[in-house]
Amino acid sequence: MSDKLERRSFLKCMAWAGTGVVWAMNGGVLGSSELVLGAKRKSRFSFVQISDSHIGFNKDPNHDVTKTFQEAVDKINALDDEPAFVIHTGDITHLSRAEEFDTAAQVLKGLKTSKVFYVPGEHDVFNDEGQLYRERFARGTQGQGWQSFDYEGVHFVGLVNVLNLKQGSGTGLGGNGFGQLGQDQLAWLKNDVKGLSSSTPVVVFAHIPLWTIYPEWGWGTEESEQALSYLKRFGSVTVLNGHVHQILQKVEGSVTFHTARSTAYPQPAPGTAPAPGPIKDVPADKLRSMLGLTDVSSVSHGDRLAVVDSTLV
Amino acid sequence: MRKRSKLIFTLIVALVICGVAVSGRTPGTNPNEVVIANFSFEPATLTVKAGTKVTWVNRDDEPHTATATDKRFNSKTLDTGDRFSQQFDAPGVYNYYCALHPHMTGKIIVK
Repeated sequence: MSDKLERRSFLKCMAWAGTGVVWAMNGGVLGSSELVLGAKRKSRFSFVQISDSHIGFNKDPNHDVTKTFQEAVDKINALDDEPAFVIHTGDITHLSRAEEFDTAAQVLKGLKTSKVFYVPGEHDVFNDEGQLYRERFARGTQGQGWQSFDYEGVHFVGLVNVLNLKQGSGTGLGGNGFGQLGQDQLAWLKNDVKGLSSSTPVVVFAHIPLWTIYPEWGWGTEESEQALSYLKRFGSVTVLNGHVHQILQKVEGSVTFHTARSTAYPQPAPGTAPAPGPIKDVPADKLRSMLGLTDVSSVSHGDRLAVVDSTLV
Repeated sequence: MRKRSKLIFTLIVALVICGVAVSGRTPGTNPNEVVIANFSFEPATLTVKAGTKVTWVNRDDEPHTATATDKRFNSKTLDTGDRFSQQFDAPGVYNYYCALHPHMTGKIIVK
């Protein structure tokens, strides 16, 4: 009994450290195995999630976020199993300036895979309601940038939850300021998944987490429950988010929630600092162990997807 | 005569101390300035006379905005050290927030 408990807390610890651990679900049991270099898992296909590149940020702890973003791209290009595509879950830029979007696009041109899907972060849209973002990164999407597509039997949905953010109810750090999906997008989502068989694996990606992580910092999405109610009947739902610049995960029924590291700077764990924002006092030689990307692979049809996080070093 | 100059001297000393005390409370700011630091507006509520120009200055390492709830004014991006000024002519209560971190809210009361 005590052995079991120790093992459980060990696994929890590994999840928070998040270095090279494979999380996979089979028959409702969460299991993990350490990533052994050279040990190949035969997957049908894989894709990579990158997030929060914050191009334009130039302060502690990272004065060259373009370089670390480039390193993430190099790491993707060096993967044994070439990913089918890349998903960027937002905050491409820091201040939604044209030259920041240009720099990001230039770095991403270096990817071997030509297909990149995007959803915006609040840093990409807050000056112009997302106009500049949509001109450059939302071609082929619907509404204000949402989209869906199918790949090898998996249904992918990209949601936009960073527009029309509502004012918090309190002063200072009170209030919510949660992500917003809006009724138009929710109606679209409901309709989008309506015709799918319940055995179709679904991947949902959006910038702000679709589960309430820490309301005091606005780390959640107001209508996430409504959105997830449309996905309840599916046997495998993987929700991929950014925004929090750290790995956090939760499993609820058939839904696995996962947030990715940033390629620019880490943020404090929920509630461990007076405010969110960059952790400034990271030693230069530690920074790259706090930045990274997420590799997601579909092992066999209908199974949960395996989510593997790796750091830049 | 000596008494009078002593009084003047005392007054000057008092004024200097006062001045230091006032500027020491909020270094480098004026009473019509809102400082953005640690993801909050300071002061969160500022009361001014009609016709006053209010200035926001961002002292955080994160970008912020001062955006009126009714969109009447909007600083757009305020990077570290950036300032934004808005004149308030009509009396009333002006609520605003940071468009990037909407849990940050503030209020200007114009009398």
